[in-house]
Amino acid sequence: MPILDPSDLQAIWLTLKLASVTTILLLLIATPLAWWLAYSSKWYKSVVSALVALPLVLPPSVLGFYLLLLLGPHGWVGAMTQALHIGGLAFTFYGLVIGSVIFSLPFAVQPIQNAFESIGKRPLEVAATLRANIWDRFVSVALPLARPGFITAMILVFAHTVGEFGVVLMLGGNIPGETRVLSVAIYNHVEAVEYSAAHWLAGGMVLFSFIVLLALYLVGGKLWKVAR
Amino acid sequence: MSDICAHFTLQMDGFTLDASFNAPATGVTALFGPSGSGKTTLLRCIAGLERAAGTLSVNGVVWQDEAVFIATHKRQLAYVFQEASLFSHLSVRANLEYGYKRIKSDERKVQLEQVVDWLGLSQLIERGNPTKLSGGERQRVAIGRALLTSPRILLMDEPLSALDTESKQDILPYLEHLHRELDIPVLYVSHSLEEVARLADHLLLMQQGRVIASGVLQETLARLDLPTAHLDDAAAVIEAQLVEQDEVYQLTRIDFAGGELWVGKVERPLGSAVRARVLARDVSVATEMPHGSSISNILSGIISEIRDEGLDKVMLGIKIGEQQVLLSRITRRSCDQLSLSLGLQVFAQVKSVALM
Repeated sequence: MPILDPSDLQAIWLTLKLASVTTILLLLIATPLAWWLAYSSKWYKSVVSALVALPLVLPPSVLGFYLLLLLGPHGWVGAMTQALHIGGLAFTFYGLVIGSVIFSLPFAVQPIQNAFESIGKRPLEVAATLRANIWDRFVSVALPLARPGFITAMILVFAHTVGEFGVVLMLGGNIPGETRVLSVAIYNHVEAVEYSAAHWLAGGMVLFSFIVLLALYLVGGKLWKVAR
Repeated sequence: MSDICAHFTLQMDGFTLDASFNAPATGVTALFGPSGSGKTTLLRCIAGLERAAGTLSVNGVVWQDEAVFIATHKRQLAYVFQEASLFSHLSVRANLEYGYKRIKSDERKVQLEQVVDWLGLSQLIERGNPTKLSGGERQRVAIGRALLTSPRILLMDEPLSALDTESKQDILPYLEHLHRELDIPVLYVSHSLEEVARLADHLLLMQQGRVIASGVLQETLARLDLPTAHLDDAAAVIEAQLVEQDEVYQLTRIDFAGGELWVGKVERPLGSAVRARVLARDVSVATEMPHGSSISNILSGIISEIRDEGLDKVMLGIKIGEQQVLLSRITRRSCDQLSLSLGLQVFAQVKSVALM
C-alpha cells in the first residue's frame, strides 16, 4: 500500500503552490505598506496598523465568512469579476490566494516594519546626502539593512499559509486539485477514519513546521532581534 | 553672490528656529552655541533634510525659496553627521565609493587616492566591515565618503563630539589639513570653543534658534557684548608668525601685529603661520611694567572695554596694537584697587599660550 495516495500528493503540491504565491504577493504588498508604517507620521497610521493586525485576532472562520460574501457571486468583488467574465472567485484557487494574503498580512508587515524602524532614518539621510534618490536609497540601503526582517517575514508567511485551515474551508471548500490543501486533506482522512494516512500528513506537517521554526531560530538569533 | 545666504523659520514643538545669516564662500564657518540653540536644525535645513520655510542660496545657486526646494540628493553638498553612520552592510571601500559612484564622471573633482592620502585611510580601506573600526577611524571614513561627492560645500555636525579625547586629538590634524587642501566652504557645528578657536575662520553665534552674531573669528571672540566672551574658557585668538627658535631654552617666538609672544618650542619652520589661543583666565593686568616677574610674556595695551561678570569678576578687553584684543578675567576687587578704566594703559601678563 502506498503511503500517500495521488490525491494527497496533489494536496501537498497545491499547498506549496498556495504558500509560494502568497509569499511572493505579500512581499510585494507588505513592503511598501511596512515602509509607510515605519516612516509616516500621519494620524491615521494607527488605524492602518490596527487593520493590518486584525487577522491576528479574528477567528479564521470570521475572515473566511466575510471573504466568501465579498468574493461570492453577490459580493462586491465577485460581481465585478463576473462582469469581467473571469467568473466568481469563491471556491477557486485564486480565491484562496486572496484569503491567504489577507490572513497572513500581519505576518509579513510586522517583521518588515520592525526592521525598517530599527534602521531608523539616519542611514537613509546619509544616503540622500550622498546623492542617492529615494528609489536608490530604498534599494541600496533600506533593503539590505532590513534583510533579516524580510527573511523572517517570508518564513512566517510561508509556514502560516501551509498551516491555514479555517479560511480555506470557509472560502475554498474541498475541491481536489483546486482548493483541497493539506490541512483539509487531513481533515478528510480523519472524517473517513483513515488514521494512518492522516498520521503521515499530520506528522509531516509537524516535522515541517518544526524545521521551519528551527531554521528561524538558528539563522535568527540575530533576525529575531531585528524583527522585534 | 559667491557666498552662503540663508534665512529659515521653522516651528517645532517647544522650539522656534528663526535664523538668518550670510557666510563667506571660503574657509571654515563655525556655528557655535549652547545645546538646544538650533545649530543642528539649521544645518539640516541647509542640507534639505529638514523642510523649513525660507530661502537659501549657495554660491549663487538657489537651493530653496518660495517656489523652489531642491531635494537633498540633488544638492552638491557633503554632510558629516555626529556619529559616523557608515553603512554596516557595505565594506569600508564600498562606503567610500557610495557617493562617488552616484555623481557624473565629469563632476568627480576629488579622487579616491586623494581622499585616502588626506585622511590617512590607506590602512583602513582594505578592511572589510566598518563596524570593526574605532570611532575616530569611522569618522575619518565618513568624512572621506562625503568629500568623494566633490561637494561645493561641506556641512559638519559636531563630527568630534561622539569621540573620546584621544580620537579627537587623532582626527583634528586631518581636519586642519583638509581646511588647507579644500577650496570649498565648510559649515562646522560645534559647542566646543576650543575646537572653534582651532578650526574656524568665521563665527556664527546661535542662541535660542537665532543667529545673534556673525563675523571674523578673531574679532567676534573678542566682543565682550557676546556670550562667548563670558564662558569659562573664553579666549582670544591671535594669528601670528613663527619667527625665532631658541635652542638653549627650548622656546619659540611668534610675532603678531602688536607684539610678540614666547611659547614652548614647536617644531615648525620659521615664517610659518600659527594660531595662538590665550584664555581670559590666563591674563592678568598691571598698571606699571612689572619687574622681577617670572612671566615672560608681557604685552602693553589699552583697556578698550570693561564688563562685570556677576558680583565678583570683571572681563577686560585689552587692545594690543591696532587690531588685536586680548581678554582678561580679573576679580572686581583688583579692578577697583587698580582703578582700571577705559583708555588706561596696562600691561597684560600672559601666563599661558596655546598654539593651535
